[in-house]
Amino acid sequence: MLKGLSGLLADAKRAPVLLTAYTLIASGLMYFFRVDYATLFFILLLLSLLLIHLGNANRWLKVGLAALVIGVVIPVVGLENGALLNVSIMVAINVALALGLNLQVGFAGLLDLGYVGFFAAGAYLYSIFASPQAARFLPKVFESLPFGLPGDWFWPFLPVAIFVAAGAGFALGLPVLRLRGDYLAIVTLGFGEIIRILSNNLDKPVNITNGPQGITPIAPPVLFGITLDKSIHYYFIAIALMIIVMVVMRRLEVSRIGRAWASIREDEIAAKSMGVPLTKMKLMAFAMGAAFAGAMGMVFAVKQTFINPASFTFNESIAILAMVILGGLGSIPGAIIGATVVTVVRMQVLTDLANSLATYNLPEFLNLAKYQPLIFGLILILMMRYRQEGLLPSRRNPVDIDALTKEV
Amino acid sequence: MAPLLHAQTITKRFGGLVAVSSVDLAVGAGEICAIIGPNGAGKTTFFNMVSGVYTPDSGRLFFDGKDITGMGPEQIAPLGISRTFQNIRLFKALSALENIMVGMHIHLQSGLWSTIFKTPAERREEREAAREAVRLLDYVGLRHFANEAAGNLPYGAQRRLEIARALATKPKLLLLDEPKAGMNPKETDQMMEDIRRLRDDLGITIVLIEHDMKLVMAISDRIAVLDYGTKIAEGTPEEIRRNPRVIEAYLGKEASKEHGAATA
Repeated sequence: MLKGLSGLLADAKRAPVLLTAYTLIASGLMYFFRVDYATLFFILLLLSLLLIHLGNANRWLKVGLAALVIGVVIPVVGLENGALLNVSIMVAINVALALGLNLQVGFAGLLDLGYVGFFAAGAYLYSIFASPQAARFLPKVFESLPFGLPGDWFWPFLPVAIFVAAGAGFALGLPVLRLRGDYLAIVTLGFGEIIRILSNNLDKPVNITNGPQGITPIAPPVLFGITLDKSIHYYFIAIALMIIVMVVMRRLEVSRIGRAWASIREDEIAAKSMGVPLTKMKLMAFAMGAAFAGAMGMVFAVKQTFINPASFTFNESIAILAMVILGGLGSIPGAIIGATVVTVVRMQVLTDLANSLATYNLPEFLNLAKYQPLIFGLILILMMRYRQEGLLPSRRNPVDIDALTKEV
Repeated sequence: MAPLLHAQTITKRFGGLVAVSSVDLAVGAGEICAIIGPNGAGKTTFFNMVSGVYTPDSGRLFFDGKDITGMGPEQIAPLGISRTFQNIRLFKALSALENIMVGMHIHLQSGLWSTIFKTPAERREEREAAREAVRLLDYVGLRHFANEAAGNLPYGAQRRLEIARALATKPKLLLLDEPKAGMNPKETDQMMEDIRRLRDDLGITIVLIEHDMKLVMAISDRIAVLDYGTKIAEGTPEEIRRNPRVIEAYLGKEASKEHGAATA
């Protein structure tokens, strides 16, 4: 059956018809079942995105269908099904995070187990200044403002968060450049924990992070005088940033920089001997990957309107790594599908199962939501054992040699 | 004329082992120079010092009139020294074309911002680079493998791709570490031809490490012999063939006596 399907998807004549038909039907069903059985039809709808990616069709048709699903169907359904919209926002955030981690681990081969630290840096940076928190340790400057900075500052803070997170990546990168593999993993793990513990304990002697109680309320972004405080707003912000991250990743992958990263990942000595500057390229990989996380941290903060250290645990770093490995190290479509699957399973499927436990009076130990670490562990082990290259392995994109040489 | 590469009494120790011990070697521009010697004689360590992977413990290295002692590979490669590796070190997951384009890294300009914004200059440079890479693939006869992952190429093709990648850095001096290891006789003849072509067509000076005496004798202008980290002989192929210390190093003392007796 799989073979038949892949044949159909490769068929230039029938694939566009199939894609269009499937997407429209899935969209219609999603709309019809937007409240009951939504999980099942949400998965079927997301499947259409996978088919669009795999199918052999005109590029504009693909973009159009994907835009229909992401830009119309999900928001329309999400207006009535808040839980689904919330999952979609987290999918977008996690896709961007998985891509950023994939840049470090997949492209450049730098195993980072503390990636969530950069995410936390972006989230805290904005939250501290766009909430009453800043007034607690900077009393003079923010005296007149009840909320700290107003939401208009969200936009100028985006580049600041990107810059600060990139700086954190740079700072982490500098001392660990000589380390490789396991040693690098241990140091980055420590980094992630340091960020979390700092945010937990920096409530004294000067109260910067408000410790375990966290920071709230965080000012929602304001654009042209409109306060963006609805989930649907965050959905579009997250999707827009996710698309930017996807485009940047794609451009980096097939560039001089992307090749240099890949060469370092494949063989450091050979890369050096070709004149590839290891230090510079590794720092760049750390900083770029971190920058994506910093931006998404801000989106996460405003979406939650509340952050505390519990959102930035080691488990989160591992979850993002599981997304990358599930999808395929170094693969952009892989990171996207990995992030989507893990997020939907975590937030939607497991929650649904937990709810149905109550309905059918089943014992609590069957609650799969409590087995999350076990599930990630199994994903990692099974993928490593049976499909190391991931669900959608990275492929070098072929160059049309004859066209290239004919041009001149 | 000053030599292109001049190693002055360079030494490298690993703990108690002296891998290379005060070796002097001068290679003139346009020469093909071979370094031979038994396994463990320090040949590859010598290459690693010249290419900057190791720093000599003492002695100095000059290239093209510049003191390169203590420089890392990233600094040495742009000066015009490139190399291949004894146990092929290609970027296996990258295509043959991309491997060559990594070799061109130092000659390309595109940075982070021009890549993110995909500027016209970046596009143009990428296209030009790919074209140049195809020319190099043509040069080593691997055009049909352009989009193939380097790790999937047949062995002989991998060796040739490594040379093409080294050429992409536009070297003045090329260090070839056992270029024919693992090749069949036909491929060996081809490789011999290729190496000559590099010098004659492209004017690249070549230092090679090789165990195949037939190849070494046929293409070298000069041969240096290392044994236990010291240079025990240097000269033309003819001189090396007759040198009793070389025969001793290769065949042992008894054999060299017999050899002496036989030639006497």
